[in-house]
Amino acid sequence: MTTSWNRIPRVAHAAEVTLNRRGQPLPGASHPLLAYGLGRSYGDVCLNPGGSLLHTRDLDRFIAFDPDTGRITAEAGLTLDDLLRFAVPRGWFVPVVPGTRFVTLGGAVANDVHGKNHHHAGSFGEHVRAMTLRRSAGECLEVTPDDTPDWFAATVGGLGLTGLIETVTLQLVPVRTPWMRAWSQRFDSLDEFWELDARAEREWPYTVAWIDCLNPGPRGEVGRGIYSGARHATTAPARSQYREPRRAIPLDPPVSLVNRVTLRLFNQLYYRQSVHPTARAVHHLPWLFPLDAIRHWNRIYGYKGFYQYQCVLPPHAQKDGMQALLDAVAASGQGSFLAVLKRFGDRAGPGMLSFPRPGATLALDFPERGNETEHLFRRLDHIVQEAGGALYPAKDARMSPDLFRSGFPRWEEFASFVDPEFSSGFWRRVTK
Amino acid sequence: MNRLQSVVILGATSAIATAVARELAEHGARLFLVARDGERLEPLLQDLRVRGDDASGTRILGTTADLADIDAHADVWAQAREALSDNIDAVLLAWGTLPDQEACNTSVATTLEAIHVNGTSAIAFLACIAPDFEQRGRGVIAAIGSVAGDRGRQSNYVYGTAKGMLATYLQGLRNRLFFSGVDVVTIKPGFVRTPMTEGFNRAGALWAEPDTVARGIVKAMRRGRDVAYLPWIWWGIMTVIRLIPEYLFKRLKL
Ligand SMILES: Cc1cc2nc3c(=O)[nH]c(=O)nc-3n(C[C@H](O)[C@H](O)[C@H](O)COP(=O)(O)OP(=O)(O)OC[C@H]3O[C@@H](n4cnc5c(N)ncnc54)[C@H](O)[C@@H]3O)c2cc1C
Repeated sequence: MTTSWNRIPRVAHAAEVTLNRRGQPLPGASHPLLAYGLGRSYGDVCLNPGGSLLHTRDLDRFIAFDPDTGRITAEAGLTLDDLLRFAVPRGWFVPVVPGTRFVTLGGAVANDVHGKNHHHAGSFGEHVRAMTLRRSAGECLEVTPDDTPDWFAATVGGLGLTGLIETVTLQLVPVRTPWMRAWSQRFDSLDEFWELDARAEREWPYTVAWIDCLNPGPRGEVGRGIYSGARHATTAPARSQYREPRRAIPLDPPVSLVNRVTLRLFNQLYYRQSVHPTARAVHHLPWLFPLDAIRHWNRIYGYKGFYQYQCVLPPHAQKDGMQALLDAVAASGQGSFLAVLKRFGDRAGPGMLSFPRPGATLALDFPERGNETEHLFRRLDHIVQEAGGALYPAKDARMSPDLFRSGFPRWEEFASFVDPEFSSGFWRRVTK
Repeated sequence: MNRLQSVVILGATSAIATAVARELAEHGARLFLVARDGERLEPLLQDLRVRGDDASGTRILGTTADLADIDAHADVWAQAREALSDNIDAVLLAWGTLPDQEACNTSVATTLEAIHVNGTSAIAFLACIAPDFEQRGRGVIAAIGSVAGDRGRQSNYVYGTAKGMLATYLQGLRNRLFFSGVDVVTIKPGFVRTPMTEGFNRAGALWAEPDTVARGIVKAMRRGRDVAYLPWIWWGIMTVIRLIPEYLFKRLKL
């Protein structure tokens, strides 16, 4: 059964078709269509219960590359993994990468994904120069930010609903080496986080913080963690061989391995790991994609799956709001493995439904525990909505239509660009 | 070690052949690709030119031809020789189809056509190019067979027959060309996730990705291996399957 990364919801599709060449007519639709990349979303943006999934993983051809300007055109099923393998040895890098490189170009556009460098580079969509979009009626639209700004704003962050993205032209950024310079430092409270962040953000294009949301810091409130920053290195270290470790979770454990005991232990260990207050060289793979080193890590949550809860809070509410969210998680006793906290830069995403916007974002993982989990989420929803924030559709399986509409006020404008034959579980749920 | 600097790939748009071509292009090889469908071949050539930094499009070339048509073989081979300046290190035969066994059971014509596409036409091509290799005294000829050729089973023995025949022909050819220094490699993939197997339930540990199999093919061609089961685990599986006595085997629902 095809699921998204967190394995919730488990739904059946009427048909699943693998597309393998551009220009191929879309299957005649007696039920709604939806493109599916690598299913690295959490929840139902990439699922279409009762409808058809169009698998894009075989649409993975390069079309053109200009080694002088770093502009690349490829089919939308090409993965960022393939693209990095191609680009890095040639001195180019993908301008924005999410926390896993096993996503497709189409998926990265459709969710307008962000990386640890949002304050520096914005979201993925800002680097897209052109796309071709196949609509169910058969036509193929050339979509560019200048010539068709409305289609561009609908399709970037458009959750796959404006049609099938067939090709993407992306502007890469130059790098000298595959290495980065990175540092990290512990902090004991959110106050310290905001101070650190204000200083670090100017100097480091990539920044992120991990928060231990189970254990209070020395001053009694939850919010201790580790802050890290990095930039692309201009020279490689002397002994610069790097081989990514290849580990995998081989099978589904019968029950979730994530529980109160393992969580507490893990977070303690994580917090006590060595930090590197002075910058040192690290390869880009483990720094940008720490989870990719363990394939199928989603299996640790067992067959029932898990949720990710990712929200953004606007600048005026971010400090109090984040503390309130962490306190609510701590009070529920349901702790997340690790919470990821990141400040977005002061720019709104290019898409009508882009998630990145000025403010700060927090992401939390929770094993599925039924009512108990939903109860906590309602509390968190309340804090987010009060603060004027939004949840990330790419990481959602349950938000209410009301919360969606308040977080994405341009949704009605967007709706007029939706392809009449395309839909998703997510879309039907939030527009109910 | 065989060099794989200029390689001819026939049936190039199949998922496995495409993955082999990418691997070779990324290592800077010159390629000549043959495929039946131009609408599929063109985007593939484009992809390989980007991967192979061949902006001028001089190192990565191709043509369309229906390789089931034996009369076209000599011409295809002449084009390949010309494109690669008559300096060919390796040839990979990768065309084929997966016939519907049920349909074969009720149609002699379907049966024979499947055997032609997967067996006779490949043998015809090998027979056409063998003298050339024999004369030049080096290089590698590889062909994609199948584990299905190792034993006939009710669920796909027509395909198996064609691949079994191909394997036996390759055995003989290997023996013949050994004395002129040419390596003949029989590739036997197991279950691979390709459009050919789209209708199957492909869950489970035995299903391999095309690029894993492709890496195995390139390695086997470089080393001049005789027979390569890919992934290697199929060597063990097929050894067991071959050892089951026929009076038991015929009773199995395989
Ligand atoms: C470990 C991990 C870390 C992550 N870290 C981040 C992060 O830091 N930042 C972030 O923003 N996200 C992050 N994500 C989420 C991930 O980046 C997004 O969900 C991404 O969109 C997944 O891409 P995909 O190719 O797997 O697409 P899917 O999940 O398969 O699909 C996502 C959406 O894209 C649409 N789509 C896919 N292909 C096409 C196409 N060709 N045409 C039209 N629509 C299409 C689908 O319909 C769906 O709406 C993370 C996910 C994981 C598993």
